[in-house]
Amino acid sequence: MIEIRMHGRGGQGAVKASMVLAEAAFQGGKYVQAFPRFGVERRGAPVEAFTRIDDKPVQIRSQIYYPDGVIVLDPTLIEVVDVTKGLKKGGWILINSDKKPEDYDFGADYEIHTIDATKIAIENNLGSRAAPIVNTAIVGAFAKITGLVEMDAVEKGIDSAIPRMKEENKKAARQAYNYIHK
Amino acid sequence: MKMTMMGNYAASWGAQLSRVQVIAAYPITPQTLIVEKLSEIVADGELDAEFIKVESEHSAMSGCIGASAAGARAYTATSAQGLALMHEMLHWAALARLPIVLTNVNRAMAPGWSIWADQNDSLSQRDTGLMHIFASSSQDILDSTVLAYKIGEQVLLPTLISFDAFFLSHTMEVVDMPPIEDVDKFLPPYNPEYKLDVNDPRSFGALTSEEHYYEFRYKMQEAMDQAINIIKKEGKEFEKLTGRYYDLIHPYRCEDADLILVTSGTIAETTNVAVDELREEGKKVGNLKIRIIRPYPKQDILNVIKNCKKIAVIDRNISCGYHGIFAQELKSALYNETNIPVWGYLAGIGGRDVKIENIKEIADDTLKSDKPEDLIWKGVKL
Amino acid sequence: MAIKFRTDGKEVKITGEKDMPPMAASLGLMTWNKTGSWRNLRPVIDYDKCIDCFICWKFCPEPAIIIVDERPVIDYDYCKGCMLCAEECPKDAIITEVEGK
Repeated sequence: MIEIRMHGRGGQGAVKASMVLAEAAFQGGKYVQAFPRFGVERRGAPVEAFTRIDDKPVQIRSQIYYPDGVIVLDPTLIEVVDVTKGLKKGGWILINSDKKPEDYDFGADYEIHTIDATKIAIENNLGSRAAPIVNTAIVGAFAKITGLVEMDAVEKGIDSAIPRMKEENKKAARQAYNYIHK
Repeated sequence: MKMTMMGNYAASWGAQLSRVQVIAAYPITPQTLIVEKLSEIVADGELDAEFIKVESEHSAMSGCIGASAAGARAYTATSAQGLALMHEMLHWAALARLPIVLTNVNRAMAPGWSIWADQNDSLSQRDTGLMHIFASSSQDILDSTVLAYKIGEQVLLPTLISFDAFFLSHTMEVVDMPPIEDVDKFLPPYNPEYKLDVNDPRSFGALTSEEHYYEFRYKMQEAMDQAINIIKKEGKEFEKLTGRYYDLIHPYRCEDADLILVTSGTIAETTNVAVDELREEGKKVGNLKIRIIRPYPKQDILNVIKNCKKIAVIDRNISCGYHGIFAQELKSALYNETNIPVWGYLAGIGGRDVKIENIKEIADDTLKSDKPEDLIWKGVKL
Repeated sequence: MAIKFRTDGKEVKITGEKDMPPMAASLGLMTWNKTGSWRNLRPVIDYDKCIDCFICWKFCPEPAIIIVDERPVIDYDYCKGCMLCAEECPKDAIITEVEGK
């Protein structure tokens, strides 16, 4: 079982991102669970969401404390919250950022990836310049770095989980998939 | 067809698959999504039902009572304070023998204001005469809704389906949605013998002296007793249709267990995983999930626990002044029947997360202990 | 127990509680239950004063005031003698008599 934690800000779509990720994995034949940290959300405040992916039905019903990977939707959060908290040794961190992985230092225990999902989102008219919707680009990058989900499952997931602008979202996911290096 | 959905939507789709005819509901977190989705389904013409927006939960249940008395299949959903406000009408629905299905998202009672998982809200309705299911997965929520109508309409009792706030209500997971044609074969339209009918008028709910009231209670209890066999029978029918079997209890690795953990709701699912880990450590531990608490599956429980040495009950609820309600119920079932000692633990109150490690600690503590205790506050910060 | 007749003509044989409905429901219409026997005050309409406003008909909670040939008529089989009609009559056309005198 793979457990993923998503860090975002209220209103940024972290919960939706956890669900798009789960939907993509489900379309790829996996069993999934996706849920928010159970709290009351405020716009702009740090929020967390979680995804579990497994080959068999997921029975664990507690929240995720020791994730295999962490996704950071907003790089400014890194100074505010401990994004590596509980992250398993050898775990990966995927950051939405225009910087390079080597610009971040989380110690030697983790594998770091960056993707400029904001730029991809804006190029594809997803959301606004002030509030770009980065979910689908992030899921594309996730598919590449983990190899857990094929790109066609990601596209099916977008078809099923995203109500509008499906083609733009798929394009964003593909761009991120092709851009990021494993 | 397998698809992903949140637990709340599993409740909505369960009602839709059951072809409910009247929905009367009032929104409350974390239940809101259930009726929001149903109102969309009705507005889109995907379900031929009357959606009544009411001014309170008391009215929601009253609306369902009127509809059900007229022979309609009625549905509502609520949570915590809303369920408490419904209380008077729950007695009414049960004594009027109306097979309404009510979904309750288990949420802690205020104050302090809380929206998180806790079973005290629905267990406070234990004695109203509703059958009471604790669902532990989204699949369970959806399937239980269909089953509740099938069973309730035979024994003429309403059903309360409870499930944990957020751990299920707002968690998306994979659910196998049966085709509505299959559900139609399983669940025929509701057509009660006694109903409000202008062509065959009769009065309902009139003054009832002691000459008859006692007998109404007797018949209600008789219906609960019959429900036990009907739950099993319909569970098997449903299994033929879907491959999924639902019973009053679901034991997991209990056959040779020295210690049986007794759980309900989402804690039961996490406990299955904990049991696997404990077994790998060589500890003979099993998990007995109580899915239905009314009617109480006393004989089923006795059959499962008869060879174990210890029992530990995990309660996400408390009857203050005594102890956990599932523990009380279990001990009353065991008295006169067996001498197996019972430990009562509290965990997860007010939505506090119950992790695998917490459950393993409970198991380890019980295995080590030689003196049973009624009330152990697991993880209380004092 | 007695055999009761339903208005639809069907017979219901009651030999004990087991034949009764499982909830507080009557076996059929309650027309056989002539509640007029409960009455100790008797409203009587003075048709000389009555202006056929039908306020009594509207207010009767039973309802035991029926309209016959476009005039209000009290159905003493069911009138319980609450005297609401007399209270509401704008012309004081309903007289109160004591039953059994």
